[in-house]
Amino acid sequence: MISAVGLTKEYGGKKAVDDLTFTVQPGIVTGFLGPNGAGKSTTMRMAIGLAEPTSGSITVNGQAYRGLKAPLHEVGALLEARAVHTGRSAYNHLLALARTHGIPAKRVDEVIELVGIRDVARKRVGGFSLGMGQRLGVAVALLGDPATLILDEPVNGLDPEGIRWIRDLLRHLASQGRTVFISSHLMAEMSQTAEHLIVVGRGHLVADEPVQAFIERASGGSVVVRSPQASQLSPLLVAAGAQVVTTSEPTVLNVTAMEAAQVGEIAGHNQLFIHELFTQRASLEEAFMELTADDVEFSGSAE
Amino acid sequence: MSTSTTDVVPTYVPLKGNVSFAGVLGSEWVKLRSLRSTVWSLIAAVGILIGLGLLFSFAIVSRWDRLGAGEKLRFDPTAITLRGVFLAQLAIGVLGVLIIGGEFATGMIRSSLAAVPRRTPVLLGKAVVFGLVTWVLMTASAFIVYFAGQAVFSQKHVQSAISDPGVLRAVFGAGIYLTLIGLLGLGIATLLRNSAAAISTLVAIVLIVPILVSFLPSNWVIHIDKWLPSEAGMTMLTVRHDPAQLSPLAGGLVLTGYVVVVMGFAIWDLKRRDV
Repeated sequence: MISAVGLTKEYGGKKAVDDLTFTVQPGIVTGFLGPNGAGKSTTMRMAIGLAEPTSGSITVNGQAYRGLKAPLHEVGALLEARAVHTGRSAYNHLLALARTHGIPAKRVDEVIELVGIRDVARKRVGGFSLGMGQRLGVAVALLGDPATLILDEPVNGLDPEGIRWIRDLLRHLASQGRTVFISSHLMAEMSQTAEHLIVVGRGHLVADEPVQAFIERASGGSVVVRSPQASQLSPLLVAAGAQVVTTSEPTVLNVTAMEAAQVGEIAGHNQLFIHELFTQRASLEEAFMELTADDVEFSGSAE
Repeated sequence: MSTSTTDVVPTYVPLKGNVSFAGVLGSEWVKLRSLRSTVWSLIAAVGILIGLGLLFSFAIVSRWDRLGAGEKLRFDPTAITLRGVFLAQLAIGVLGVLIIGGEFATGMIRSSLAAVPRRTPVLLGKAVVFGLVTWVLMTASAFIVYFAGQAVFSQKHVQSAISDPGVLRAVFGAGIYLTLIGLLGLGIATLLRNSAAAISTLVAIVLIVPILVSFLPSNWVIHIDKWLPSEAGMTMLTVRHDPAQLSPLAGGLVLTGYVVVVMGFAIWDLKRRDV
């Protein structure tokens, strides 16, 4: 379990992370979503003790990372900027980290096998593709078999096969009861990998809810009805609790707070004709953009 | 690969074992030996120390009969063989910088500090492993070039013996001096977090500042010069004591003092700043 309480980080008076409070639960994959520059990486760096919060705290299983006696066994981290010496082989990189905790070399071979980089493990990391670099990062995270995983943009640079691989891996790790916290700036990606979302924009918390709830709330699914008797249908729908907005076309109604099925039933009971009836959803990316619109650091328009 | 992830991470058997300083030392040893740049810097330092010492020895012997009486009087058979230290200190100093500068440049430092969040052991581990490897190699090289050089001088019967006063100390002094200069580089690079800036700073301190100081009025020079890190440290290598300089013991302690202060600041700064 990861807990942030009033977590704040200032850089030269500018708040990169602003009073974030959230909890990441074990057993599910939790997505950390936000546009670039929203403070995701900074938050994750504070979680693993690389950056110190200006105020507030972020703890793993109730403990500050810096106080952990065996950090690699408690928290596995994949950092966005490749945190590997380019002149060293993947094997030696893993071995050097393993040695700090007395983790046997056998485990190094195991994680190399697990992430599928055996063929290049003895080659220098400088020549790795982005995808191989990500796989090495995942190997580092899994080295100590930790109960908590913090992965910054793990999908970055992976090919479609790699993306499926990491999705399966993350779900599997979560199903073992581990806490899995992954960041991304891609809403569509998160909706397929995570079960729960923590959404940030410009350092602020925008949402903390299950993926499905976020999508429904964000996309504000409205029902569009086309009926020659729209003027008769409208008051009936309102009476049943829906919100109805008339459109520029007199025969088309935009209905919210009611499912399409119920709209159809009400029309049927009252013997009103319906020519068209469908649920309109904004795309996930649109929804995400809309929710974080006020929180995007760099917008296109001049201010 | 067709193996499913379910097969490969079947168990969740936590491996246990805390971070230990012995573990950090092991880690730093793996890091040191697994980079071509560090291995080559060490080979270069060994080659310079032995090669230059022999070169100077041969040069002196080949011209011995034509040297003036004053030159022959000033001739120090031990010091000549250890001349390579002047250049070897650059190789070792640069290596000291790269040991941590390379981690800052590549981002490796984040992995290192995430594994050892108390941070201090990482820097101390580097200092111990790098210091020990450097000391062993440089001391061995100093002895090799000393004895080889004396063999060269024996042609003219002007060699020194290791049992002569101050000679053993001078040869050991070469390894100690080079190790301390390397640690100075490590400390400076930790503070500056940039290899190029750290190398420039180290070169300025060790080679440039003594030259600048020599331009000062001479009654100032005698008070400042002997306290400079390189001037103080080099006294450990002298067999004939120059009264204008500190004694070998005092000089060695002064250089050690500089290294301790810089490393102290480096630890304080490393713990305090974000990476």
